[in-house]
Amino acid sequence: MFQRWKESITPTDIVMWLIGGTLLLMVIWGSVATLVAGKYTGRHWIDFVIFGLAQGSIYALIATGYTMVYGVLRMINFAHGEVFMSGPYTAYFVAAAMYRSDFLDKHPFTALFVIFVVAMAISTMIAYFLEKIAYRPLRGAPRLIPLITAIGASFFLQYMFRGLYGSGFQAYPVIKIFEGAWVIFGIRILKFQLVVIVAAILLMAALYSFIMLTRAGKAIRAVSEDKEASSLMGINVDGMISTTFIIGGMAAGAAGVLYALMFKQVHFFMGFIPGIKAFTAAVLGGIGNIPGAMLGGIFLGLIESVGPSLFLDGLGIPAPYQLKDAIAFTMLVLVLIFRPMGIMGERLAAKKA
Amino acid sequence: MAMLEVENVHAYYGKIHALKDISLNIDKGEIVTLIGANGAGKSSTLKTMSGLLRPRQGSVRLEGEDLTALRAHEIVTRGVIQVPEGRRIFGQLTVMENLDMGAFTCRDKQQIKTNIDKVFILFPRLQERRRQVAGTLSGGEQQMLAMGRALMANPQVLLLDEPSMGLAPVLVDSIFDTIRRLHKEGTTILLVEQNARMALQVASRGYVIQTGVVVLSDSAENLQKNEMVRKAYMGEN
Repeated sequence: MFQRWKESITPTDIVMWLIGGTLLLMVIWGSVATLVAGKYTGRHWIDFVIFGLAQGSIYALIATGYTMVYGVLRMINFAHGEVFMSGPYTAYFVAAAMYRSDFLDKHPFTALFVIFVVAMAISTMIAYFLEKIAYRPLRGAPRLIPLITAIGASFFLQYMFRGLYGSGFQAYPVIKIFEGAWVIFGIRILKFQLVVIVAAILLMAALYSFIMLTRAGKAIRAVSEDKEASSLMGINVDGMISTTFIIGGMAAGAAGVLYALMFKQVHFFMGFIPGIKAFTAAVLGGIGNIPGAMLGGIFLGLIESVGPSLFLDGLGIPAPYQLKDAIAFTMLVLVLIFRPMGIMGERLAAKKA
Repeated sequence: MAMLEVENVHAYYGKIHALKDISLNIDKGEIVTLIGANGAGKSSTLKTMSGLLRPRQGSVRLEGEDLTALRAHEIVTRGVIQVPEGRRIFGQLTVMENLDMGAFTCRDKQQIKTNIDKVFILFPRLQERRRQVAGTLSGGEQQMLAMGRALMANPQVLLLDEPSMGLAPVLVDSIFDTIRRLHKEGTTILLVEQNARMALQVASRGYVIQTGVVVLSDSAENLQKNEMVRKAYMGEN
């Protein structure tokens, strides 16, 4: 047994384990150093965690779109970040109009509802036509081709929206009732962050129960496993693929509004980084696995928010917060090296067997 | 009049001419078997009937209605249900969810309930395991699930592709018992088998297919006596 294990180790494995071990040591070293130095108080850490949860739940919502599309088509929809951008960017104009007419301040909940509806509708529409126009004709083509098409579609959508709405940052109107903070159990939480977390959790619960409990949700899972067998059950496979894009588009549109609530601005390029992060989250959780994508997103948000202060600061790196993206992508590389199937990936591995 | 007719079908995989002028028909309430070696075109014939493989020439008709231009999921609504080779159950879904998928085209809740009861009477094992994830079932149970799932759709014609493949002899017997039972209840069945001996025992007629061509078609009784069939498919010298 031990002999077999010894023989299966290659020099590459040793290098990989060394890299992993070094990184782990650095993380531990940095964390200890930071905590000993005592630069941050408990309140700081709570703020980091809450911000991380809010950011992470946005990643999680976007990541479900990546993972569901991977499930049914075995492709990464790299234009999903643009699906995420298109909704809130379009809804910005509605929000701005409502702000100018004072409607936003007088009826904030109605206004927010309208913003959500517009954003989700636009994102859903973009996702639906993206599949219909760009991906469906390539069904059955080698896997690299839809992937390149997705990157092309991503650029097309970015520059289409730049052409339509301009290349500047647009400041999202502030919803006054979500400003300030609540104190819950002695913990001070910024209102809009709590709203983002709660809304994202509700949306994820709705999405998960749709997939697990409804007839269409079961059919989507069946199509993810075996398209041919699904069509022998009378399931319209193309229809289910469209449905998957619609669900993913709705989640991305809602995530976009939450993102705009948090960062209070929109831009034609705003989908790129969250898109790549959400993709990372989906891989982290085990691509194709919906609860995995949700957990991966929240985990990534947390580590991005807590990580820079926790272990980079202790290592004496100046301006550690600038390196939060590096943390996210280092995580991606580490997962790909040590656990390619992701955190919750056993089930995917079983699928291939 | 024949219930299901396949007429002069030619089908290709790329440049490979897989089916060459295949014609066969199945009458209502009959069990017909299609026997042949590996790669002879048995599964391809079923695939053209289910709309998974589009014939370049020829037609498939159900009670006079041309199915050739329909897509696979539309053919299911006409009542032509296939149990594919290798079972192809949804391993990550529970047994119950698999059965639900079988009834995907059925909108009548009462009907679905009746069908589930029927399937559970036929395969009590599935009832015991209804909450279990289907991938954890044994091979025999998976075959039962594949057949039960097909029965959920109220098949007019049931196409069975190698139901005995990879099963222990005891299980093969039980699967064939089930086929007999379905036949008694009036289901029309096309049975594709490599196990020609068993297939010809339950069927009333049979077709022998070789490299995409129907070389022989006769009553099951005559085929069992036929020297070529005995040598090539029943392992006798």
